[in-house]
Amino acid sequence: MIKKSEIIEREEVVIRFSGDSGDGMQLTGTLFSDTAAQLGNDLSTFPDYPAEIRAPQGSVGGVSGFQVHMGHSEINMPGDFSDVLVAMNPAAIKANIRWVKEGGTIIYDKDNFTDKNIEKAGYEKDPIAEEKLDGLNIIDAPISSMVKEALKDMGLDPKSVIKTKNMFALGMVFWLFDRKLDFTEKYIDKKFSSKPEIANANKIVLRAGYYYAETIEALRPVFRILPAPISKGTYRNISGNAATAWGLMAAAEKAGLNIFIGSYPITPATGILEEFAAHKELGTISVQAEDEIAGICTALGASFAGKLAVTSTSGPGLALKSEAIGLAVMTELPIVIIDVQRGGPSTGLPTKTEQADLMQALYGRNGECPVVVLAASTPSDCFDYAYEAARIALEHMTPVILLTDSYLANGTEPWRIPSMKDLKEIKPRFADLKEIPFLPYKRDDEKLAREWAFPGMPGLEHRIGGLEKTAKGTVSYVPENHENMINIRAEKVERVANYIPDLPVIGDKSGDLLVVGWGGSYGYLLTAVRELNLEGYNVSLANFNYINPFPKNVREVFQSFKKILVCELNMGQFADFLRIKYQEFSYEQLNKVQGLPFTLAEIKDKCINLLEDK
Amino acid sequence: MEDIIATKYTARDFKSDQEVRWCPGCGDHAVLNAVQRALAELGIPKEKFAFISGIGCSSRFPYYMDTYGFHSIHGRASAIATGVKTANPDLSVWQITGDGDALAIGGNHFIHAIRRNIDINILLFNNQIYGLTKGQYSPTSGKGLVTKTSPFGTVEEPFSVGELVIGARGRFFARTVDANLALSTQIYIEAAKHKGTSVVEVLQNCVIFNDAIHDIVTAKDVRDDRTVILEHGKPMIFGKSKEKGLILEGLKLKVVNLGEKGITEANLLVHDAYESNPGIHYMLANMAYPEYPVALGVIRSVPGITYETAVAEQIEAVKSKSKVKCMDDLLMGGSTWLVQ
Repeated sequence: MIKKSEIIEREEVVIRFSGDSGDGMQLTGTLFSDTAAQLGNDLSTFPDYPAEIRAPQGSVGGVSGFQVHMGHSEINMPGDFSDVLVAMNPAAIKANIRWVKEGGTIIYDKDNFTDKNIEKAGYEKDPIAEEKLDGLNIIDAPISSMVKEALKDMGLDPKSVIKTKNMFALGMVFWLFDRKLDFTEKYIDKKFSSKPEIANANKIVLRAGYYYAETIEALRPVFRILPAPISKGTYRNISGNAATAWGLMAAAEKAGLNIFIGSYPITPATGILEEFAAHKELGTISVQAEDEIAGICTALGASFAGKLAVTSTSGPGLALKSEAIGLAVMTELPIVIIDVQRGGPSTGLPTKTEQADLMQALYGRNGECPVVVLAASTPSDCFDYAYEAARIALEHMTPVILLTDSYLANGTEPWRIPSMKDLKEIKPRFADLKEIPFLPYKRDDEKLAREWAFPGMPGLEHRIGGLEKTAKGTVSYVPENHENMINIRAEKVERVANYIPDLPVIGDKSGDLLVVGWGGSYGYLLTAVRELNLEGYNVSLANFNYINPFPKNVREVFQSFKKILVCELNMGQFADFLRIKYQEFSYEQLNKVQGLPFTLAEIKDKCINLLEDK
Repeated sequence: MEDIIATKYTARDFKSDQEVRWCPGCGDHAVLNAVQRALAELGIPKEKFAFISGIGCSSRFPYYMDTYGFHSIHGRASAIATGVKTANPDLSVWQITGDGDALAIGGNHFIHAIRRNIDINILLFNNQIYGLTKGQYSPTSGKGLVTKTSPFGTVEEPFSVGELVIGARGRFFARTVDANLALSTQIYIEAAKHKGTSVVEVLQNCVIFNDAIHDIVTAKDVRDDRTVILEHGKPMIFGKSKEKGLILEGLKLKVVNLGEKGITEANLLVHDAYESNPGIHYMLANMAYPEYPVALGVIRSVPGITYETAVAEQIEAVKSKSKVKCMDDLLMGGSTWLVQ
């Protein structure tokens, strides 16, 4: 490889690949991040794509992006502002320019800055001049023409030629970050194994981009990100959706059960169903149902028949599943419902992130209808909380809603692969075949959970249903019985608190300010709190994964801080829930509903304001 | 259900300890009796039966059966039954539903269960009215029916159950009358034995809100002339003295009188329930009084691969080819790297 004359070591860097949704930006970003991971960087990625599969070419609405945040130290979020923006057309500049750091670098394909494309992006003549990008390092690379030049002797059709231009951009970025090409070359060989000429073209263009970047002076200095000091083990990159599916599959294996998923495709949750469908080798039964309601109802049928039952959806689908969740509460059948939250209400922002389904998960059903609610906080810990959701469902005979979000679902990060033997035991509450007659609603004293008998078990035939019933399972309209059963079902969910860990506090256990979050905003909050600590502020973080019931130490944690700031991507649903549960504290709020995560500056400014307003 | 062993049951073995709470005179009582008789004949171990229902008068049915039962929510029984059967293909799964539950709120699940050909037995109690909510018109109520929500008569066209089943690519459709225990028992047995979604439309009487709605064809004094009981391989004959029959004239069915214009039994259509082309079955299922007799019996019974079998076979095929045998294999497979 070429020697770099000037190399700057950086702790971390954020790169955003951006272009038309047909430009191959998701693949480019994935290849870059996989290479970084192989070199031992910690990283976090996020794909940002339009809801339309192929929005009008060159339009701002059609811009597809992939952001990679990699570092020599621990990385907990995909990053808000980017150091390097790769823009394949003018619309990519328009869509992303506000997210480029001061002093950052923009690489753009100047061949694609035609009058037509400039106009489509909403510029008059010159996007670079109109955006006043003086403080930035601008590299106007003639990517399209250089790709054509590099492949002119290959005899490929023009369409195939131009399709390789993302590899040119990738080659440039590889040089900029002092990366080797072998991983990507191997990938190309494998992907195009049946089309060697296409594989060859892609490799030629990748190298052409690399050498072009090396040749032009403008790209200096080169950044080097040294490997992160991460713990020993075998790693892989994993997305939140895949981790969710794998966590549930792991739980099924641990519990000695087959898994059944009934789901209906919905962005951004579809990846979960796809992941299950792809792993039939582990006995996974996946049913793509006719609608959201059938998704949960087939799963509930499977639960009645003795499987680990799962349904996955997003906010609109959770709304449709409400009645069936109520049935699961009433019949006390184990089922895991995953809601990958997206911007709402209604169809809202299908590909953007939000945390606004919390109240729906907690309360969105008729009658007194408590369920266990968990939330995952990173792409890889979707595995852990999916596993926990299944454990709680099976051991406590209750539906569990697991909240993730669009950011977690599609984001990826390196994940130290767990070994099955290290995961918690899961003991489903199978009924005793000798206990005849079987009373479906007989409970144990500790958990108040009933036992699970399913068709095929001789002698335990019984009926369950959505009507109120006595402890024996007989339908009952007796007023006192109804109230008693309501109380028992609520108490059963409350007692799950005895079987979950305490709320951890990151930072000092007492102090001036506790930042409180839940679920997917964890990475941003953690990064902000760490930076504040380095700047000398006394701030700690408590991020909730167990939301209903709460861990038992919440009050104890809260009373050790002077102020509590609840940060969430909604109008204050979690803060309101805390106000219901822990009325003695007062809660400051930081809220955002733009379909985007917090920026670090937003979190830090709010914290500093609160700290200085003593 | 490979282990159909010689388990000896009587109808009584399937009666639960619950008091049956349908109105006196309701057609549901007779259906319950016939189903209990049919189950006793099947020789399937009792613990392998699962009765799934939605909401409505008929959906109380599982409470009265001493089998596994699930009284669920309105319209969703087809989906729940699909889950039960796919999860455990070894079970004998029965869905008990009504015209409102299956065809209005549950219409989507109903047609998709049939399309998939999941091996469940759907007994659709058709009384052409909403009974549990006390008398509103249903998707099968005849046009013009005066009910509490149609005080001036409905202006809607009703569904024909058989037409809908065949339109959804159904492979088994039968029709019976609640009170005809012998015919019903036989049909329920055949529905259970058929591999695939079996739909049985039961012309069922709601004694309170739509009393005698089927009497125009099912009353004792007229039924022989206004219904035809189809049996596979037998000519389509009906009438008090077996004097009438059905022939195909052009593209239509026609009622003829034997002995007139030289017509003999040999000229009549012979019922072929196993014919995969649904043309004749469609016409037979749609026959309505007064132009035709209403068809009873097994109108269509065409075997085919069932959903749960296809699902299970696919899983086995993938399993046999894959090197991934457990979660640890999956976790460590694919693109991984070691950090020392």
